[in-house]
Amino acid sequence: MGELKLMKGNEALAEAAIRAGVDGYFGYPITPQSEVIEYLMAEKPYERTGMVVLQAESEVASINMLYGGGGTGKKVMTSSSSPGISLMQEGLSYLAGAEIPCVVANVVRGGPGLGDIQPAQSDYFQSVKGGGHGDYRLIVLAPSSVQEMSDFVPLAFDLAFKYRTPALIISDGLIGQMMEKVELFDQMPRLTDEEVIKRHPWATNGKPVRGERRILTSLDLDPHRLESHNWHLQAKYKTIEENEVRFEMLHCEDAEYIIVAYGSSARIAQKSIQLAREKGIKVGLLRPITLWPFPKKPIDELTKRGIKGFLSVEMSAGQMIEDVKLVVEGRTKVEHFGRYGGVIHSPEQVLEALEQKIIGG
Amino acid sequence: MSEITLQDIIKPENLVYKKTSLMTNKALSYCPGCGHGTTHRLIMEVIEELGKENETIGVAPVGCSVLAYEFMNVDMQEAAHGRAPALATAIKRLWPGKVVFTYQGDGDLAAIGTAETIHACNRGEKIVMVFINNGIYGMTGGQMAPTTLPGMKTATSPYGRDVATMGNPLKMTELVATLPGTYYVTRQSVQNPAAVRKAKKAIKKAFQNQLDDKPGVSFIEVVSNCNSGWKMEPVQSNIWMEENMFPFYQIGDIKVDGKLIDR
Repeated sequence: MGELKLMKGNEALAEAAIRAGVDGYFGYPITPQSEVIEYLMAEKPYERTGMVVLQAESEVASINMLYGGGGTGKKVMTSSSSPGISLMQEGLSYLAGAEIPCVVANVVRGGPGLGDIQPAQSDYFQSVKGGGHGDYRLIVLAPSSVQEMSDFVPLAFDLAFKYRTPALIISDGLIGQMMEKVELFDQMPRLTDEEVIKRHPWATNGKPVRGERRILTSLDLDPHRLESHNWHLQAKYKTIEENEVRFEMLHCEDAEYIIVAYGSSARIAQKSIQLAREKGIKVGLLRPITLWPFPKKPIDELTKRGIKGFLSVEMSAGQMIEDVKLVVEGRTKVEHFGRYGGVIHSPEQVLEALEQKIIGG
Repeated sequence: MSEITLQDIIKPENLVYKKTSLMTNKALSYCPGCGHGTTHRLIMEVIEELGKENETIGVAPVGCSVLAYEFMNVDMQEAAHGRAPALATAIKRLWPGKVVFTYQGDGDLAAIGTAETIHACNRGEKIVMVFINNGIYGMTGGQMAPTTLPGMKTATSPYGRDVATMGNPLKMTELVATLPGTYYVTRQSVQNPAAVRKAKKAIKKAFQNQLDDKPGVSFIEVVSNCNSGWKMEPVQSNIWMEENMFPFYQIGDIKVDGKLIDR
């Protein structure tokens, strides 16, 4: 059993970065995730593992530091919250285009604009539909506990390097700020420079003595070559969709109704399901862990099984519901419920929505 | 006396100049007469002479030199517009033993990338930054740059730059020289052999500073012509540059070994 600690989600993410053998963290403070860089600065990871921690001048600089550092084959990471993540969209598009692995964490807060500093899930579209310009996807992991804030860091790096693409960990102000028991994984060694060079022949860390120099770019002025590059990216995304879908099902075996919810909303929905079952309503939970690739198959199978209705519960005006509807294709009822702008729905409100919109609707 | 043929001249003992292997054989995309190609060559010659071709990572900008990575035969990353110093910061921090440089134009370094430039310089990143200043946006068709001279006509200042409404030209090099994080700051040019020799010396000094782990950025501005953007013939544009750009952008060292030069 690993070391047990009581930690904030943001702190668990930061500690996991050190333990996952991250080479560099480049960040900029923003509420509600400033604890990530504060924790890292206080922990002196450069003494523990040799990890570089740098406070950049902006989120724009942070994400471009990930481009530079990630482009050399090192494990690089940043974190921010919604407005800061918006500033990073240009960089994420370039990272996806140039196929540079990195991990970005978004501790989402209410929007649009400066919004507030309370928890929200209104960055779903931005995360799973691209966010920046061009046809690209990010691998999006949604932790629903402090434990997963820790566990998803090495997982995100594994996926980012496996597919040479940026991975996003999307939580919210609730998961980032709350304290929970977390079992920390053991320290993983940072790769040596020689290992990085050997393992990532595409990386720009000095032209090999024998062999060609490397170029990392997202530019190709020849439209036919750029189209080919896009085909390559799309084929990669298809492989990810086929192999990397992660989700969790709770009480779905006998369920007549399904709540689809991720992150904080999935935790709240668990209580709603308990309340519903006490009333004799057979409802289950489908929790997408990867928001992209989206768990289409289990939703399709539940639909085929004759589920009477899906309630997509998100702290947004209804974003993930579009992906649920794309799978259900009108075969059964799909409704949305959620409070947003930083307001968190209660388990009772979710149950009431289920009864009114799905069962009674 | 028989006529001397080309074959008589092309002999190893007559070789006085050889293209550096660190310039690829790809035809330069720059307009004939432009200073970019010469500056590329000088940087690559310096890296070759220092024996660092396998230890160097360059960062290309957005602008005329967006394809610099096609000509510079070292590992290269192509940055988003203005962000090269952020890329270079992380590369150098994660690989302190490597040689890292950025190559940027005036729009890239002095407009959209001002924050990244100032903060990389202020943090004292141990990198080389090469800044090509031709007072215009060449790539997009000759629009006004932050460095466009007062009264200078461009596509977006067709009646001349009116400083009252369009702002003043930015002397980025003097500005970064005031920051404690810059170690060597100089302004050079490449319009004639004498200038090319001086510019190369400056570039070599900048890279040597990095090899010697000197504290801070070595920053080289190269004032260059843009004959196409200025709508002049190459020779005419160089004369115009000497007569108009040099009085405003004074050539020479501004800061050496971390100390400002009394000019």
